[in-house]
Amino acid sequence: MDFNDSPEEAAFRAEARAWLAAHAPAHELPAGVAMPDTEEADRGRAWMRELYAGGWSGLTFPKALGGRGASGIEAVIFAEEEGKYRLPKGPFTSIGTGMALPVIAKHGNDEQKARFIEATLKGDITWCQLFSEPAAGSDLAGLRTKAVRADDGSGDWIVNGQKVWSSWAHLTDWGILVVRTDPTVPKHKGLTFFVVDMKTPGIETRPIRQISGASEFNETFLTDVRIPDANRLGAEGEGWACCMTVLMGERLGSGAHRSGIEPLIDYAAATPDGHGGTMLDDRSIRQQLAEALAEEQGERFFQARLRTMVSKGENPGALAGMVKLAYAARYQKTNGLALELRGLAGIAPEAGDTATGDVQYDYIYSTVMRIAGGADEVLLNQIAERVLGMPGEVRMDKDVPFEKLKG
Amino acid sequence: MNFDLSDEQKMLGEQARALLSDLSSFDRLRSLIDSGAEWDEPLWRALADMGFLGAAIPEAHGGLGLGALDLGVIMEALGGANAAVPFMSSIVLGAEAIRLAGSEAQKAAWLPKLASGEAVATFAYAEGPGPVFASGAKLDGGKLNGAKSPVADAGIADIAVVLVSGGGFALVELDQPGITRTKLDSFDQLRPHYRLDFADAAAESMPGAGKLDRLIDQAAVQAAFEAVGAAEACLHMARDYAMERQIFGRPLAGYQAIKHKLADVAVATELARSNAYYGGWAAESSPDDLPAAAAAARLSGIKCLEMAARENLQVHGGIGYTFEANCHFYYRRERMLAVHLGGRGYWADRLLNAQPGSQAKAA
Repeated sequence: MDFNDSPEEAAFRAEARAWLAAHAPAHELPAGVAMPDTEEADRGRAWMRELYAGGWSGLTFPKALGGRGASGIEAVIFAEEEGKYRLPKGPFTSIGTGMALPVIAKHGNDEQKARFIEATLKGDITWCQLFSEPAAGSDLAGLRTKAVRADDGSGDWIVNGQKVWSSWAHLTDWGILVVRTDPTVPKHKGLTFFVVDMKTPGIETRPIRQISGASEFNETFLTDVRIPDANRLGAEGEGWACCMTVLMGERLGSGAHRSGIEPLIDYAAATPDGHGGTMLDDRSIRQQLAEALAEEQGERFFQARLRTMVSKGENPGALAGMVKLAYAARYQKTNGLALELRGLAGIAPEAGDTATGDVQYDYIYSTVMRIAGGADEVLLNQIAERVLGMPGEVRMDKDVPFEKLKG
Repeated sequence: MNFDLSDEQKMLGEQARALLSDLSSFDRLRSLIDSGAEWDEPLWRALADMGFLGAAIPEAHGGLGLGALDLGVIMEALGGANAAVPFMSSIVLGAEAIRLAGSEAQKAAWLPKLASGEAVATFAYAEGPGPVFASGAKLDGGKLNGAKSPVADAGIADIAVVLVSGGGFALVELDQPGITRTKLDSFDQLRPHYRLDFADAAAESMPGAGKLDRLIDQAAVQAAFEAVGAAEACLHMARDYAMERQIFGRPLAGYQAIKHKLADVAVATELARSNAYYGGWAAESSPDDLPAAAAAARLSGIKCLEMAARENLQVHGGIGYTFEANCHFYYRRERMLAVHLGGRGYWADRLLNAQPGSQAKAA
């Protein structure tokens, strides 16, 4: 066991660090300045172009397909070094690299790979994800957006329906889309996967007014949207397998850590308790901070174990969901505590107190983390079934044609 | 980075589990309780024969000279079996205290005997209610006076390392007129505890000063391994019972109330295991990181075993309340493990105090 870099890892880190030092500062976002999302997305594309030119785009993607062919550990090292800069990274580029590329690489034909992979690695094409629907979230395979062949003999597909929670759909170029093409078979079997140009007539994207006040998520309405058959990924009816490829990428990628405990300890230590000491003297506060810190460290070292498994060619499977589950719950608990420690000032901070504003936002946003990318309850089921070997859920919809289902 | 046990360490753990599954069944534990046994002496001999007792004792003193992670996989197996042996007292605390703070003569006299199992040691630190690490006992001119209570495994121990006034250690042989051992009513029926009264007892001082923190940091890591082993045993016991038990026409294990409960235990156990690994690595390779690593491992170990021991019994329902079921072994041991070496509040302080720059701001 060794927690430190091996000589090869240290060399990779040094190379990454040197390249970033030369190229990252010019792309850094100004601190504390709200930026229009169009500009943020443009800057994101520019950073992707820089990464591609330097050979750092698509780190773990095979070399033959235009990536770097690096190991999982190297990708982590690069992310650690990259994370030292305030760079324009977000769903506007990561959905492309983390979701669209793996599914195109695995299920796409040669023509599709040639068309999309390099352009995505360069930031020329950005992506959104058109999966969830108002009535299909955790039960994604229950989706209702449907595609039927056009009756003009072109082989094109005509799509109608509604998607939701599509991050940055209003600013991205293409979408990965899963729809129902056969309602006469059980629900997982009647799905087909497409890539769709977001400028196609009939696609309307509306921002969702969120509880955070921001609107990075959208509803996307598809009305008689015509998609050429050349944009179908995989065979008809293979949509669910494509979704699994995408969602596996989502699980392994989630749980990137934003700390939160150490600044909170500093805050408690710097805040008078009114009795001549500080809030860090409070027994209950000490206990809560220490328990949260121990959990945070456990998550960090658990991720290190998972990365080691991946580097040895083992598949962590549902173990990866454990980190996400623990992290999301602790994130909510910790930010709740952070507001509580501030007393009334946490509810109504003085002008200019941006730190408290960040805590407020994170407390609101923590609710998303417990729902998106595998809700708590879905992950608990997966852990019970795949790690502990307990029985699957009773499924009322098993083997029933989709069109016969209730609801 | 390679954050996994070595193949040799995994094999060591498998050997320990195999030995324990042969010799330390739950029926064996029940018979030990029924007969009022102090310990499982045949198991101790078998552990000695396999070299487990001397795993982390230096080769120069009759051990194998292995590290904290090797010791950890053995502790994990012992925790899993709920074994009735004084491994924590004699090896993790007693032998290690002598290695850290003893004179060359003390090491030469006792470490080989502890490694071979010929002698058993314990570490006497508490003095009744109050702070768990107490130093009211006084060593003066080779005479020890005062009392230590409770002290684990003191009925079978040949020697004790005693935490004394000033924070140093005294080494005493327990079979002497100046020492009275009084057996207490131990909550863990497989881990007897004693009160030790010292009246001008012959004792040697141990020259190494300031070794208490290092000793209990290392022991906290080992306690985390033990807790992880016990928690996983509880988790599997609960899962296996729930798979067998039919209720309302299907296995109990199929209900989300049970699945989610056990998945939560599994997550807590894996987080604790991760902290224990890091603690073991820090103890071996990065001593500056040990205080924080040990405290985090200790806190998460306490937490996962508390959940696991309670929910295991709960999943069993009424049968779990019987002596014939096996939940009670862990349910009782969990409370003992949660408070020995200091409980949650104590380790929360140690964790916060180990944060960079926290000395100045600590309570």
